Amino acid sequence: MHSERASWGLRIAAWGGLLFLHFPILIILIYAFSTEDAAFSFPPQGFTLRWFAVTFARPDVLEAIRLSLQVAALATLIAMVLGTLAAAALYRRDFFGKEGVSLLLILPIALPGIITGLALLAAFKQLGIEPGVFTIVVGHATFCVVIVYNNVIARFRRTSYSLIEASMDLGADGWQTFRYIILPNLSSALLAGGMLAFALSFDEIIVTTFTAGHEKTLPIWLLNQLARPRDVPVTNVVAMLVMLATMLPILIAYYLTKGGEGVAGSGK
Amino acid sequence: MRPAPAPRESVSPLRQLADVLYRRPNLYLALLLVPPLLWFGVVYLGSLLGLLWQSFYTFDDFTMAVTPELTLANLKALFQPANFDIILRTLAMAIAVTIASAALAFPIAYHMARYTSGKTKAFFYIAVMLPMWASYIVKAYAWTLLLAKGGVAQWFLEALHLQPLLQFVLGIPGVGGSTLSTSHLGRFGVFVYIWLPFMILPIQAALERLPPSLLQASADLGATPWQTFRTVVLPLSVPGIAAGSIFTFSLTLGDFIVPQLIGPPGYFIGSMVYAQQGAIGNMPMAAAFTLVPIALIAVYLSIVKRLGAFDAL
Repeated sequence: MHSERASWGLRIAAWGGLLFLHFPILIILIYAFSTEDAAFSFPPQGFTLRWFAVTFARPDVLEAIRLSLQVAALATLIAMVLGTLAAAALYRRDFFGKEGVSLLLILPIALPGIITGLALLAAFKQLGIEPGVFTIVVGHATFCVVIVYNNVIARFRRTSYSLIEASMDLGADGWQTFRYIILPNLSSALLAGGMLAFALSFDEIIVTTFTAGHEKTLPIWLLNQLARPRDVPVTNVVAMLVMLATMLPILIAYYLTKGGEGVAGSGK
Repeated sequence: MRPAPAPRESVSPLRQLADVLYRRPNLYLALLLVPPLLWFGVVYLGSLLGLLWQSFYTFDDFTMAVTPELTLANLKALFQPANFDIILRTLAMAIAVTIASAALAFPIAYHMARYTSGKTKAFFYIAVMLPMWASYIVKAYAWTLLLAKGGVAQWFLEALHLQPLLQFVLGIPGVGGSTLSTSHLGRFGVFVYIWLPFMILPIQAALERLPPSLLQASADLGATPWQTFRTVVLPLSVPGIAAGSIFTFSLTLGDFIVPQLIGPPGYFIGSMVYAQQGAIGNMPMAAAFTLVPIALIAVYLSIVKRLGAFDAL
């Protein structure tokens, strides 16, 4: 098939593009260990692990990490339930308004985050709900549902329906079929979708700035640091941790759904 | 997959319920749909419509109060020169970023689709996915480090003795600025970097579906590689490019973090929305500003739909 080799120009452009994509990430990894405590100079003067200790002794950092983990966990949980329900409803049935429902699920990631964020903020204000953890979770869950939905519906489509019919023929009722046939089939797709939703929520900043009130998730903490470049080393360490926290779930999700189409690539 | 045990004698209430649901598929469907529909149809869509409605509310400049008297003043204000400039600036950036992303993404996608297989393809796939999902705010932060005075970009330019070129580029009006990190060019580069992976994957998917026999046929019929590229490969990859451009266009249009961190002062649509609702407290005007990206994206989607973008998503 691919017997011919790529021309040099194409190969350089492709590998150069990959280098461009990874270079800034590499910079973040390097700077987290830099010995300097104020400047951005390059190349770094030396390497140290000191800043990790400093970072983990900071109560504001720990509090932001705790809040981000809490929000991401709750949003992921809601997204997994709603996304699976929507996928189960939409994958084999045809009904009036089906297109509309799937469009509605995609809308929060298709529209810019400012619109979702501002719309939710306006609604919370009208209803007199104080911004806080609850409102952040509502915002995050709204755009995380489609991630789980995409993964689960892709798995549903690849699962033969005859498995379910066979289970019913053998005398299992709906619950048993769900428990012993559907759920085990879905589990890795669900887990992958959950991982991606978690990463997405953990990192989200645009919707969050509108719905967070005075709460500071880790990305908001980072953004505030950038406006006031006081303790650069702590910012660098946190940046590296956030980077890893969002990249590792992608790797895991990739291996969980390997060999299947319709995984995460459908966009944030 | 082990066979489910089937209790014979006692029929549990759970089983009865399951049987009822099985016999009434419409009831079952309704039960599945109610929770997501409540969330999306009521909470989300309700908020969106509420926001649109608020863009017609009146904001009193003196008392700083919002009253529910309907007016078209906010929509008219969008066309005032100052506001219209913001819209044009954001739109121009979104278009420039989309074109540049497509140009940069194409070789990567083409190489992935045609010249890699097995392990190499998986490697490329992950190598594109990781930067795509890596934290957005950290990527933006990395660029403030890269472009800062004395930072990595400057070090490279000095090592390659390219400062005169940099000075020349920064001197071009509308593109440059006083330093890299406060120039239009810098902001443009960061946008392209952050949204590039969203362009690569749809193009790669479209090229993946391109049968190699078409290219062989084109070569057999005497086309040069360039002719094959222009008349066969490029037209067939248009749906992928269009699909990717939805992301680059829409994401640039609504962003307010990158314009805040990198580039010259001056509002983008997103930063204007943020400032209007936050510092100024003018929710109706903020709501009116969100209509701009909604309208632009609606127009854009209707264009790319004709190019086959939705089949390539």
